[in-house]
Amino acid sequence: MNMHSPTIGQLHSIETLGTIDGPGIRYVVFTQGCPLRCLYCHNPECRYWEDGKPTSVEELMTDILRYRSYLRSPGGVTVSGGEPLMQPEFVANLLKRCQAAGFHTVLDTSGYTVLPAALPVLEHTDLVMLDIKSFDPDIYQRLTGVSLAPTLQFARHLSDINKPAWIRFVLVPGITDDPDNVKGLAQFVSTLNNVQRVEILPFHKMGEYKWKQLGYEYQLEDVEPPTPEAVQTVVDIFKKYSGDRYPVLSQSLN
Amino acid sequence: MFQQWEGFQTGEWTETVNVRDFIQTNYTPYTGDEHFLAGVSDRTQALWKLVADQMAIERERGILAADTSVVSSITSHAPGYINQELEQIVGLQTDQALKRAIMPFGGIRVVEAALKAYGYTLDPNLKTIFTQYRKTHNDGVFDGYTREMRLARHSGIITGLPDAYGRGRIIGDYRRVPLYGVDRLIDDKKAQQESLELDSITEPTIRLREEISEQIKALFELKQMAASYGFEIGQPASNAKEAVQWLYFAYLAAVKEQNGAAMSLGRTSTFLDIYFERDLQTGKATEAELQELIDHFVMKLRLVRFLRTPDYNELFSGDPTWVTEAIAGISESGQPLVTKTSFRFLQTLYNLGAAPEPNLTVLWSEQLPTAFKQFCAKVSIDTSSIQYESDDLMRPQFGDDYAIACCVSAMRIGKQMQFFGARANLAKALLYAINGGKDEKSGEQIAPAFEPITSDELNEAEVLPRFDHMLDWLAKTYINTLNVIHYMHDKYCYERIEMALHDRDVYRTLACGVAGLSVVADSLSAIRYAKVKAIRNEAGLITDYEIEGDYPKFGNNDDRVDQIAADLVSLFMNKLRQHPTYRNAEPTQSVLTITSNVVYGKKTGSTPDGRKAGEPFAPGANPMHGRDTKGAIAALASVAKLPYADAKDGISYTFSIVPGALGRQTGDQVANLAQLLDGFFHDGGHHININVLNRETLLDAMEHPENYPQLTIRVSGYAVNFIKLTREQQKDVINRTFHERV
Repeated sequence: MNMHSPTIGQLHSIETLGTIDGPGIRYVVFTQGCPLRCLYCHNPECRYWEDGKPTSVEELMTDILRYRSYLRSPGGVTVSGGEPLMQPEFVANLLKRCQAAGFHTVLDTSGYTVLPAALPVLEHTDLVMLDIKSFDPDIYQRLTGVSLAPTLQFARHLSDINKPAWIRFVLVPGITDDPDNVKGLAQFVSTLNNVQRVEILPFHKMGEYKWKQLGYEYQLEDVEPPTPEAVQTVVDIFKKYSGDRYPVLSQSLN
Repeated sequence: MFQQWEGFQTGEWTETVNVRDFIQTNYTPYTGDEHFLAGVSDRTQALWKLVADQMAIERERGILAADTSVVSSITSHAPGYINQELEQIVGLQTDQALKRAIMPFGGIRVVEAALKAYGYTLDPNLKTIFTQYRKTHNDGVFDGYTREMRLARHSGIITGLPDAYGRGRIIGDYRRVPLYGVDRLIDDKKAQQESLELDSITEPTIRLREEISEQIKALFELKQMAASYGFEIGQPASNAKEAVQWLYFAYLAAVKEQNGAAMSLGRTSTFLDIYFERDLQTGKATEAELQELIDHFVMKLRLVRFLRTPDYNELFSGDPTWVTEAIAGISESGQPLVTKTSFRFLQTLYNLGAAPEPNLTVLWSEQLPTAFKQFCAKVSIDTSSIQYESDDLMRPQFGDDYAIACCVSAMRIGKQMQFFGARANLAKALLYAINGGKDEKSGEQIAPAFEPITSDELNEAEVLPRFDHMLDWLAKTYINTLNVIHYMHDKYCYERIEMALHDRDVYRTLACGVAGLSVVADSLSAIRYAKVKAIRNEAGLITDYEIEGDYPKFGNNDDRVDQIAADLVSLFMNKLRQHPTYRNAEPTQSVLTITSNVVYGKKTGSTPDGRKAGEPFAPGANPMHGRDTKGAIAALASVAKLPYADAKDGISYTFSIVPGALGRQTGDQVANLAQLLDGFFHDGGHHININVLNRETLLDAMEHPENYPQLTIRVSGYAVNFIKLTREQQKDVINRTFHERV
């Protein structure tokens, strides 16, 4: 097994009806392995690269093509995770093949990467969904276990090359909801010129059971999902900075 | 030329009875969106409140009221009203809304048992008449049944047979009544009778001549019944309101005469639209008035009731009547058959609230106008009350004027009928194959005895030939059983008015069906790809299985097992085709269970796929619960591989999803659902029920049914009131794969 194989990737699973990971109906490839340790992670089983199922680009393409009727525009293929940029050669190759087959491609990432590794992936990505989990570096570190700087650098680069992006922010009461943190991020996003949508995702605990199954300690047991009003407050802050250049959406979870 | 036809384009339809030609020559396609629609009127609201209140009492009591001595016929009851001042469309099955009529020609025992179950007593005189003087369908069938048939029925390898009640699944072309008036139809039937004055009068001709005579009598009764409500329907309808009223009288006559297992309406919306457009153009009606007509018509359809026994309801919950209305589709010329009235029918789900009846069925094509597709998706998301079927798959077989009987059975309207045959339990057949023809629960020898499997581990070389042999026996017994049933039904319980609204010579299918398809496919896959150990009881019967290792499961778009399922459909169909049928009907097959998957499961022992004895099957063609792991579309793709050519009576799939899994925003959800339907039908899918619901809503409805009087969910081929399901069925619905991902 080789993390840099362009032909074989480590996958967690496949979702054939992806509707929240980019526009339209999407075939979502969840890669295995993630450098972040987000406290609210709802896919904690995706942490370790070596736990994945080795899958070739060839195999995946054969499978994806069988769903062509469903994946018509604006739908397509999304690579999510885990952190897809942990296996950049594989993901670049996969997205290249998808584009060549006529599919719209989305990369769902935390942006925690080194730019040179990410560039070949971006070359074959139509839209990036970038999670910026906090704007305050200390909060970011505490929440994810890694530093914020690479993500901001990645975001800035996307703006520089004018790569369409959706920015996502998870609102966790008591952790990311600090008004200065929110304002800081809203302000930063407004300086990017490639943003097509901002999504505010209210924290939920639907992944909690998985932590317990895996024997991990879930630290957010006592944290409750934000109230609709709290979510609206954050939406309004982002809207204020957006200047109506991009929509700011939220969704109370059904 | 009738004066009522003023403004219509003439054509072939003016010369001969040809509703399709009338539609094709006169309808106005609509490609716009739903914004023209009118909301609910005060009158409708007041009327619906009266109805809803009665329905609440009915729910408490089981039934609201029942006849005990009047045998229902087209003319048996005096006119009935809910509130004559408010009702724009009149007519009830009996003299009181929701009062159940008795129809003993199908079988007096069922009538008596059903009355008794709800605290009523059958008039003893009536019992005497129908036991001593007048034979019923039910009696006839049991005179004809062989020992083998009785065993197969009793063991549950063939069940749901219409041998004690009306077979249904026949659709009269009720549109003929408004278009031509009854007098013209009577003349037409008389001409048919004359055409049968042949040189040699043999059994088929005698039978047909007798049937046509009965049809003519029924048409006279239809006129008489309408006259009792103050309408002269010998002449064609002259405006929108009359068209709806005449149409409803024709349908009403059918449900007064027959307690059919499914009493579908047909394909009326675009037909009616021609009258609606004419009235709109000439300023005789407003949009609000036209919507009110449809709302009141639909309200009447929601009131259709039959008296059935509680165990029938256990099988098919919630008082199903399958008043199926097929909407949209495409003309053979390529033009969508969507009109404003297609929208108006769907709008009733907002104006009156969600409901299982009428069973609104959208005939989907990729070529339908985008605005209509989006409106359908929106209504599905809001009400979970629509089913979809592939017009692109059915049109080449059935033309562009077919409708759906019951759930998924397509037939040309007025030209084709089916002999309904319920279904055979394929999972049980597999267990019989393993146990040498003995029932795995009772140990009784049901099928002819042959060598059971003696190995400890199941292997294909032993199982497959036995299974094939068992299916030969099952197909033969099944077809023979249906022959007996339909011979007797024609003889003792003939559908006079429904057949009066057919052509002289109809095309007949013998509609067989299968249950447990995914159980068997997974079982055979387990035998091939994993280790399946047989566990025997003291008597040496294999009653359980131990599975080691994993195997490909139906519902994951994995050809290794999907092909097994597809081959199974073709295999059984080919076996059915080998047997002679009553009236030379063409055998067909459906993969459909409605809610009976629960009862089938209850009656079936453990299966080699790991399903334990008594556990429900998946409904229709669905993958087994929780075994589809690659997301909803992989499951859809598996189902779409089942060959429609070998299941022309329909392949039913039920899809349940939480709203959030369709997209974050309402607009995304609507677009994604429409795209999903396009994809499924493009790839050859035949039927899909769409439920967009939260699991929590259903759980709450189980605890507080009174808060959810109209909560509707789609089950295989049909919709039900969730709160009318048995608790077991409710649990089954909730446990069944709900597609959600966070």
